[in-house]
Amino acid sequence: MVDLRSDFVGIKSPNPFWLASAPPTDKAYNVVRAFEAGWGGVVWKTLGEDPAVVNVNGPRYGAIHGKDRELIGLNNIELITDRPLEVNLQEIKQVKRDWKDRALVVSLMVPCEEANWESILKRVEDTEADGVELNFGCPHGMSERGMGAAVGQVPEYIEMVTRWAKKHTRMPVIVKLTPNITDVRKPAQAAKRGGADAVSLINTINSIVGVDLDLMAPNPTVGGKGTHGGYCGPAVKPIALNMVAEIARDPETYGLPISGIGGVTTWRDAAEFLALGAGNVQVCTAAMTYGFKIVQDMIEGLKDWMEDKGYDSIDQVVGRAVPNVTDWQYLNLNYVAKAKINQDLCIECGRCHIACEDTSHQAITNMVDGIRKFEVIDEECVGCNLCVNVCPVQDCITMEQMPVGTIDPRTDKPISADYANWTTHPNNPSSANFEPAE
Amino acid sequence: MADTLTAADIRSGRLSDEVLKDNFSDLHPRLDPHEAAVEADRCYFCYDAPCMTACSTSIDIPQFIRQISTGNPNGAAKTIFAENILGGMCARVCPTETLCEEACVREKAEGKPVRIGELQRFATDHFMETKEGTSFTRAAETGKRIAVVGAGPAGLSCAHRLASHGHQIDLFEAKGKMGGLNEYGIAAYKSTNDFAQKEVEWLLSIGGITVHSGMALGRDLSLERLQADYDAVFLSIGLGGVNALRAEGENLENVEDAVDYIEDLRQASDLSKLPVGRDVVVIGGGMTAVDIAVQSKLLGAENVTIAYRRGPDQMGASKFEQDLAQTNGVAIKFWSKPFAIKGEGGQVSGIELERTELNENGRLLATGDIETIPADMVFKAVGQTLVTKDIAAEGEGLALEGDRIKVDEQRKTSLTNVWAGGDCVAGGEDLTVAAVEDGKVAAEAINAVLTA
Repeated sequence: MVDLRSDFVGIKSPNPFWLASAPPTDKAYNVVRAFEAGWGGVVWKTLGEDPAVVNVNGPRYGAIHGKDRELIGLNNIELITDRPLEVNLQEIKQVKRDWKDRALVVSLMVPCEEANWESILKRVEDTEADGVELNFGCPHGMSERGMGAAVGQVPEYIEMVTRWAKKHTRMPVIVKLTPNITDVRKPAQAAKRGGADAVSLINTINSIVGVDLDLMAPNPTVGGKGTHGGYCGPAVKPIALNMVAEIARDPETYGLPISGIGGVTTWRDAAEFLALGAGNVQVCTAAMTYGFKIVQDMIEGLKDWMEDKGYDSIDQVVGRAVPNVTDWQYLNLNYVAKAKINQDLCIECGRCHIACEDTSHQAITNMVDGIRKFEVIDEECVGCNLCVNVCPVQDCITMEQMPVGTIDPRTDKPISADYANWTTHPNNPSSANFEPAE
Repeated sequence: MADTLTAADIRSGRLSDEVLKDNFSDLHPRLDPHEAAVEADRCYFCYDAPCMTACSTSIDIPQFIRQISTGNPNGAAKTIFAENILGGMCARVCPTETLCEEACVREKAEGKPVRIGELQRFATDHFMETKEGTSFTRAAETGKRIAVVGAGPAGLSCAHRLASHGHQIDLFEAKGKMGGLNEYGIAAYKSTNDFAQKEVEWLLSIGGITVHSGMALGRDLSLERLQADYDAVFLSIGLGGVNALRAEGENLENVEDAVDYIEDLRQASDLSKLPVGRDVVVIGGGMTAVDIAVQSKLLGAENVTIAYRRGPDQMGASKFEQDLAQTNGVAIKFWSKPFAIKGEGGQVSGIELERTELNENGRLLATGDIETIPADMVFKAVGQTLVTKDIAAEGEGLALEGDRIKVDEQRKTSLTNVWAGGDCVAGGEDLTVAAVEDGKVAAEAINAVLTA
């Protein structure tokens, strides 16, 4: 029997699916609807100090679409909540009272003064919310005022504010990180040093989602001008997965709980985040695209998959793929694979051929004995996987590992059973086996 | 049934104007921009694309579909027109199911090809509605003059291409309107809103083409004279004759040539005034047979039967056309040939059909098994023939192949400075798109000779 119950830094929820701090969690009305739909928890949209911020009254979102208007990436220039602090606090209190089994975390963003943080933390504590999330990620608007990503981009500030937060509240403190940095491990390490109970990532990515070529201005355009916004949705998932994995496997932050965010749209996305070390996931764009009902498939899908795989609980999944994330230099250079095209499945579109011919290794035919036919030339194939990725037919092209002892026709060398990586390679100047060029 | 044949029931106005309007509306309404974007996205942009090879005019199909997909429909149209100036009509009438769409890899993958024809229609309509003139500009005048005889798809294609090279064209047409079968022959629901004339007008806007209608070869023009007066001649005269049934009763009233009736139908300003029988029998198995059968049904005929002497696989009409007939309520009787047409008072009353079969040598045999079905009208759709006497007197050296004009790869006939294309030449597919290709190839060949 699969148990989806989640315990994230002591915050319990019936499932690991939380709504991220964002427009869907700005008011009790939305949050109650989310809980009714089955969401395990929410991070309430970021509270700030009064007077509340204001938002633009024109478009706040822009998007990248597929041809059938599939929403691939979303960009927003909305700020933190524009409702009075007290209204939000009262609603949070009421919702938590009504929904005791759900996680209710409050996102916060105030100026970088200890007194400001102390003050708001006390007021949040009075709501009996389960925890706080420090918004060090918002990349637009607030960062111009020295908050959000402006803090998240300076590890020393992260550490300092996290320390204040831990000092002034008994609630778990989650630090939300910005991806708009060069090495995500640094802010994560800073959060840990400051005493954070967890980090959550990624916040949105600085972006201009498109240019209106008639107005000659970025999208979304407000009165003829545009500004960079925060990018999210399915398009950012790979970036988020990498950042989560980097923190999960970094010796300095190893074991630090992570709430995974960034393009989670399906149960499979969630499973991938969990596998790379996230203790739970937070969702926004998918809910904003389809409504709250999507959580039901996430719950059932994750449950069914875990059952198929024999996992009983979330913690059996969390981090399971982390040991297999490594640096390039440790990849086994004696592993050799060749592409193989299943001729029964091939529909002869020729994309594998032209991709390989024009842009790679000239290792796929387009004609065999005068007949249109696409076959891999093992003598040329480096096993790059490009053909697999451009083939429109699932599983038509596969990468087949060459068995140990056989001869790689490209190099004329036998496939070795030994593990050998760059660190020991003769071309590597830092390797003990280094053989300088003639 | 056979005994109760009644006098011919042929009437107009069997259906209300509203129903007629609906029946003869576009077979495939134009894709809207979103539909086109989604459909275009299905194209895999194949390498050395099979659809391109399958197109008589070799339109760069993946390229034009990609242009639609990237929001450049007029660029897509330019790609189409570069190879096929009648891309608008071909988008409507091409049997794509046996050409590009049959070759589409999605057909192989999932039995659902990219809707290439409809995408082509989307692009060409967009261009013709938003741009002035064709996508070609005329080269400087060369002073060369070419006679094009017959303003059907082959002639139009040839004239346009030659005009683009700067030559002066005299385009002769026997009928009152340009367009050939596009205007007079295509089923009405494939070319609505007078598209054929609009397309001709658009095509002629390139300039350099002088139209002479009502001028027929053999009556108003002689090939000899044209050869003498022009630097080159292109013959695209189509097939003016109709094959005979060679069955008793063929001369009864209301035994009609399908092509004549379709011509009347295409030219009718009010379809409710067009008489059609209650029981209609069509003899033949090609596109024309399906066109006349379906249109009879759409005009309100109660029972329409196509009698075809062979089976579905041999039928000239594609599977799609056969399905179209059947979904419109037309019955197709295979292995069935006319034995005799029966009449009462000089009018058709029924038809005797004889079952056929193939013997072990693959020869078609009549079995003697005859059934009679009622008929108020019988349409002959058993093929058309070239009227050779109009072209050149015997012994003038215009070589034929079978019963059509013999041409080489360049569409050159055996006569000096005479090229030919379209249905009148041997070896073609009798398709609009093939005619367009003939005209294009001949124009390039003529241009090469004249500018050498």
